[in-house]
Amino acid sequence: MTAPLLSVRGLRTWFHTFAGIVKAVNGVSFDLMPGEVMGLVGESGGGKSVVGFSILGLIDPPGKIEQGEIVFDGRDLAQLPEDALRRIRGREIGMVFQDPMTSLNPVQTIGRQMDEVLRLHTTLDARARRARCVEMLESVGISQAAERLGAYPHQFSGGMRQRVVIAIAMLARPRLIIADEPTTALDVTIQSQILRLMRRQIAEEGASMILVTHDLAVVAEMVDKITVLYCGKVVEAGPVREVIDTPAHPYTRGLIDSIPNPAHRLPRLNQIPGTVPDVRNLPAGCNFRDRCPRAQALCAEVEPPLIPKRGGQQAACHFPVAIGEPA
Amino acid sequence: MTAMLEVARLEQRFQLSKGLLDRISFKGGIPRLRDTTVHAVNGVSFSIAPGEVLALVGESGCGKSTVAKTIARIYEPTGGRIRIDGEDVSTYGPRKMLPVRAKMQMIFQDPFASLNPRQKVRDIVAEPLLQQLGSGRRAEVSERTAALLARVGLNPEQAGRYPHQFSGGQRQRIGIARALSVNPGLIIADEPVSALDVSIQAQILNLMLDLRDEFGLAYLFISHDLSVVHHIADRIGVMYLGFMVEAAPRDRLFAQPRHPYTRALLSAAPTIEPHRRTTEIELTGEVPSALSLPSGCCFRTRCPFAWDRCAAERPALRDLGGGQSVACHLIDEPERDRL
Ligand SMILES: Nc1ncnc2c1ncn2[C@@H]1O[C@H](COP(=O)(O)OP(=O)(O)O)[C@@H](O)[C@H]1O
Ligand SMILES: Nc1ncnc2c1ncn2[C@@H]1O[C@H](COP(=O)(O)OP(=O)(O)O)[C@@H](O)[C@H]1O
Ligand SMILES: [Mg+2]
Ligand SMILES: [Mg+2]
Repeated sequence: MTAPLLSVRGLRTWFHTFAGIVKAVNGVSFDLMPGEVMGLVGESGGGKSVVGFSILGLIDPPGKIEQGEIVFDGRDLAQLPEDALRRIRGREIGMVFQDPMTSLNPVQTIGRQMDEVLRLHTTLDARARRARCVEMLESVGISQAAERLGAYPHQFSGGMRQRVVIAIAMLARPRLIIADEPTTALDVTIQSQILRLMRRQIAEEGASMILVTHDLAVVAEMVDKITVLYCGKVVEAGPVREVIDTPAHPYTRGLIDSIPNPAHRLPRLNQIPGTVPDVRNLPAGCNFRDRCPRAQALCAEVEPPLIPKRGGQQAACHFPVAIGEPA
Repeated sequence: MTAMLEVARLEQRFQLSKGLLDRISFKGGIPRLRDTTVHAVNGVSFSIAPGEVLALVGESGCGKSTVAKTIARIYEPTGGRIRIDGEDVSTYGPRKMLPVRAKMQMIFQDPFASLNPRQKVRDIVAEPLLQQLGSGRRAEVSERTAALLARVGLNPEQAGRYPHQFSGGQRQRIGIARALSVNPGLIIADEPVSALDVSIQAQILNLMLDLRDEFGLAYLFISHDLSVVHHIADRIGVMYLGFMVEAAPRDRLFAQPRHPYTRALLSAAPTIEPHRRTTEIELTGEVPSALSLPSGCCFRTRCPFAWDRCAAERPALRDLGGGQSVACHLIDEPERDRL
């Protein structure tokens, strides 16, 4: 059996703020196989981005990885010093964020920024680097690529900038891409172009990807498997179709039912009542119980562990939803 | 029956800069005068009956917010007519608009930006009502404020708090309570759920539809999200580059979209059931600038069917029956509808 490319085990990333400890990521585990695409989903504040930043080694004080392993290709990234992580970022792990300007330097030409990545991470000479930059820009659908190398980020539209960021992320042929809400700021027709592009790039390079997003529909279009976060914990994980078609955790079920579905419109959406609890002050037992229609006394006492439920599906729930059970 | 809102050939232009010097650019050493008129809304017409929900969809920059703000008379229209409950308000100044504001209120995408951070929730909610009644009737207003907060699902005991002490969904409830305060017949809602998580979005959509049933409200509901629009709207208008390219009752628009742009939007919308989708039209390229509209059809630069007529002649919005109207030359030459 092939080994996972990335294995996250018991990850805890906390922020020590004046108002208390924010347990943003509080015991998250998952595996990612070579070539596999995983969606990390859940509502805002669930800890999705902090998981991504933890893997990338981009957690700054007051944040700290308190515990856990992030084994990437045999090395525990949680133990590596910053300079080693810097060599891995950009070369072995590429990044795409919601706002392309997080990754782009506004006062440098696109060409200069792309060249920099190759200079840092490859042994190619100047000509080969330029050729690779042109090839990469073309492959993300930017025409007149050779001329565009001289352009600055502000000369591109939002969608075009995100293409450039994807080109930069793929330049050094990384084996893992972490994409955090890469299309959230884009219009739907541009989003669909960018998603298609990312899917193609990943497949061509045989890379793996973690797609961080709040949008289950985007996930459904893109990924092989899903990990659902709630209050810094994995509440459900499994193959994409199983999780979406037959969610086992009431939170996943609630999320899916909240999305209006044009294929069968309900007069009222099945909303999840209430709001996400304050992460600095989590209840005992299950974090979801205050919003859960199925909660019983046990849920207030014992925190449910993430355990296999059926097929490839895991859920952290004492009273999981059965297949075919009405909401 | 009088329409709650009627908009005819609405036009909104913005002048970016008036100075001649600012407009000169040099291209290959030759001075040229840059175009500085933003053609934000280019002759849009629609009407909304009492109790009806009309949604406007389209990508960012297509003029949805400008339509909303022009109707709310935050902007003065540069052309066309706006009638609210039969009354032509197109040229009204602030004083004449005041009584009209009792019939029409607005809620916004970002409840944080649209609520005064230094005002207590009770004052935010009471403000439109006090404007209507005058400050002499505070006791009555404060009673009504408490009732409104309870109706939108907030605890009236929290009326003394400030907006930042509430979550995004709760802030949107505050905005809704404020809009409801004057008992309007029409609420203009500009992307009211776009900033919210999906579970909170569902709560707000349910609330808005409940209020519609309870008070017979009409909504002009603006969103870029087709599934949200499908849920809430009775009728849908699709906008592109400041033009209404198609309008139809909800089910008809989803079942038989006629404009290539509507078809492309429906194809591109992500869904949790992608295996069911029939991807029909995939768009390439991006929306042209509102500073220089294409000749003829606004969509022709991205349309997979465009032919020479589309550059020469701007298609008018034409009634196809069944409440559907479309602005596309393919209606005359359906044999060209082949990819
Ligand atoms: N730098 C930080 N300082 C303090 N708290 C933080 C910081 N970054 C994130 N958090 C908190 O961690 C939790 C998880 O955040 P995040 O991973 O961004 O959520 P998501 O991406 O799922 O929306 C949130 O409660 C957030 O407020
Ligand atoms: N106050 C303004 N001044 C100049 N241009 C504007 C102004 N408001 C909007 N625009 C322009 O008008 C067009 C329509 O914008 P908007 O109505 O905000 O679109 P939407 O709400 O559909 O995203 C865009 O090209 C935008 O840049
Ligand atoms: Mg995030
Ligand atoms: Mg807008």
